[in-house]
Amino acid sequence: MSNAESVLRPMPVSAAREDAKPFFDQVHEWIVTVDHKKLGLMYILYGILFLVIAGLEATVMRIQLAIPHNHFVSPQVFNQLFTMHGTTMVFLVGMPLLFGFANYLAPLMIGARDMAFPRLNAFSFWMSALGGIILYFSFLGGPGLYGAGSAPDVGWFAYAPLTSQAFSPGHSTDYWIIGLLVSGVGSIGTALNIVTTVLCMRCPGMTLGRMPLFAWLNLVMSAMVLIVISPLTAAQIMLLLDRYLGAHFFDTQAGGSAVIWMHFFWIFGHPEVYVLIIPGFAIASEIIPVFSRKPIFGYSIMVAATVAIGFVSLGVWAHHMFTIGMTSYANAFFVASTMAVGVPTGIKIFNWLGTMWGGKIRLTIPMLFCIGFLFQFLIAGLTGIMLAAAPFDWQLGNSYFVVAHFHYVLIGGLVFTIFAALYYWYPKVTGRMWNETLGKWHFWLFLIGFHLTFDFMHIPGVLGMPRRIYTYEPGRGWELWNMIVSIGVIFQIVGILFWVVNVVWSYLKGKPAGNDPWDAWTLEWATSSPPPEYNFAKIPVVRSRRPLWDLKHPEDPDWKYE
Amino acid sequence: MAATTVAVPPAEMPLPHEYRGRVGMWCLIAAESAIFSIFVVAYLYYAGKSLGGPTPREVLHVPYFNSICLFSSSFTIVMAERAIARGKTKLFGIWWLLTIALGTIFILGTAREWYHLIYNDGLTISSSLFGTTFYSLVGLHAFHVIVGLIGLSLIMIFTALGYVEQEHVPKIEVFAMYWHFVDAVWVVVLTVVYFIAL
Repeated sequence: MSNAESVLRPMPVSAAREDAKPFFDQVHEWIVTVDHKKLGLMYILYGILFLVIAGLEATVMRIQLAIPHNHFVSPQVFNQLFTMHGTTMVFLVGMPLLFGFANYLAPLMIGARDMAFPRLNAFSFWMSALGGIILYFSFLGGPGLYGAGSAPDVGWFAYAPLTSQAFSPGHSTDYWIIGLLVSGVGSIGTALNIVTTVLCMRCPGMTLGRMPLFAWLNLVMSAMVLIVISPLTAAQIMLLLDRYLGAHFFDTQAGGSAVIWMHFFWIFGHPEVYVLIIPGFAIASEIIPVFSRKPIFGYSIMVAATVAIGFVSLGVWAHHMFTIGMTSYANAFFVASTMAVGVPTGIKIFNWLGTMWGGKIRLTIPMLFCIGFLFQFLIAGLTGIMLAAAPFDWQLGNSYFVVAHFHYVLIGGLVFTIFAALYYWYPKVTGRMWNETLGKWHFWLFLIGFHLTFDFMHIPGVLGMPRRIYTYEPGRGWELWNMIVSIGVIFQIVGILFWVVNVVWSYLKGKPAGNDPWDAWTLEWATSSPPPEYNFAKIPVVRSRRPLWDLKHPEDPDWKYE
Repeated sequence: MAATTVAVPPAEMPLPHEYRGRVGMWCLIAAESAIFSIFVVAYLYYAGKSLGGPTPREVLHVPYFNSICLFSSSFTIVMAERAIARGKTKLFGIWWLLTIALGTIFILGTAREWYHLIYNDGLTISSSLFGTTFYSLVGLHAFHVIVGLIGLSLIMIFTALGYVEQEHVPKIEVFAMYWHFVDAVWVVVLTVVYFIAL
């Protein structure tokens, strides 16, 4: 025990900030770095940059849709906006942010000094960055900024035959294909790296049964990425062959099938949703126990449910395709599998509630965001079950109800946990505490804005408003709802501005955070804030799921009960 | 830790760091398998749906010699691994060179087959669905063989320059996993293209 104690003793806070070095040396250092923490931060900053861009695209769309017969942007630009918004949010915001957290935190949590393949890590990040640059170069390519250039306008799932040379001349669709192919290579590289790191780089005593749930869930997410991104890569290669070598995969006139593109895309596309939300679960599973002052309820069930989601989610893709007219057997299968995937997800919600039940709940900002996540993710799951019933989907598929449903998952679920994580680990990354008041403003404004926008978005969907329409006639009963939805955006933007101010102000003026501001239990809080390049002076040894609890309570360590 | 009265249990060791090369390669193989699966599914789905052009039965001949060469290269690479594990660098070089030779014969055989298909039978990637799916699936595999041959050749150059020692066994084993995977994929492609979907 004395050995473990000396290992986990907090190291002195590294006082020397890096601003002593000349600016270009610092930039150079970041560009050539192979350190998992710097790469993780670059992933996160990259994700936030594109979050702002994609958020602005959504804002322009909501201005366009706020009133009927609006002509704020042209129909062509509107198509480009929803294509770029969706593509960006999934590939350049969601994945990089989650890879960023996994990169930064997973090695720290399992007591490792770096990822398994540090240079592959850097390569993967820069590939992802290149993919984003290629996609956004489309605004400058072609006819230039005038008329928004030749940005892709085929929707984020790029259905055939709209993507063929005949209907999509020029290079707009090629930017979409190449950008995602390149960033896909980066995703595979990082996923491979995370799986290997979590399996092979654990410190002594960190058995699979003791790993923090964050590491477990990111392991499942990364394993999914390996087999989920590849179908998209394969389908995009086929599309390129169609467009440039005259192949006929999706060319219906030569016997090809447009429907098989849908299958290939959604074999990627639906598990991808779980790839995005599982790291959100990972974040909630770390934060909720710490602020409920209880260990996670049902650790092994949580792991089992996650693995179950991983498997079942591979067999639900065609619920995106009920409206194309499949056989009733296929419909029945995908209805059943889609409803089945709700079971392990429901188990998780009960686990988090069980963790909070009877706990001493501390309503800090990260905890507030997690509670918001729990509530909203439940509703998102319920509308998901509704849409999983094929007859219901025939009525509401491709309507704003669907848009509201998946934004409830990805914003109400994922973005809320991402903000929770950004607050929870901010003291670890910067060594400073953020401002509680600004954080509360952020939370409440964003919460109100979220509910104004996405609660009321369900209603025009039920009233028959299809997604992706450029504008609409007055007198259909959609005006009020669309106006409320657009007003909600203002609250969200102001809320996020509070967050930006908080981040900058706290970085410069915040109180020193110390190594363990939350009295938490996982290994990243055992090292200094920010952690040194080597993470741990001595590799720690763990004997339970809460190594820091054991350290702080030597008279009553967890390993006596596990 | 004076308060500790209970004996501290020993810490179990998780998977050692040395396994990371293999785990990483297994991950890559999983991802590659998914890509191949999609192309195989496309091949089977479109089998017999071509609107014209030569049919597989008319123009395809089972490449027995090629396949035997590629499958044997899995054997020679295992022999090379064994040689280097015992520190016999020269023997390793010979087996390794043989592996490259067998892989090259395979790729030249594919080139010859394609030449005949294109110039004698008029089957191209744009002529029919059969051409589209055939060239993309077999081509995807051939691409992986070429990548493997480049890797094999690099290691061969290092061997010839005397850089490869016994201590590099784990890295060579990881590379050999990739080569075995390329061979295993050929089992699937061969079965699907030349036997099932005729």
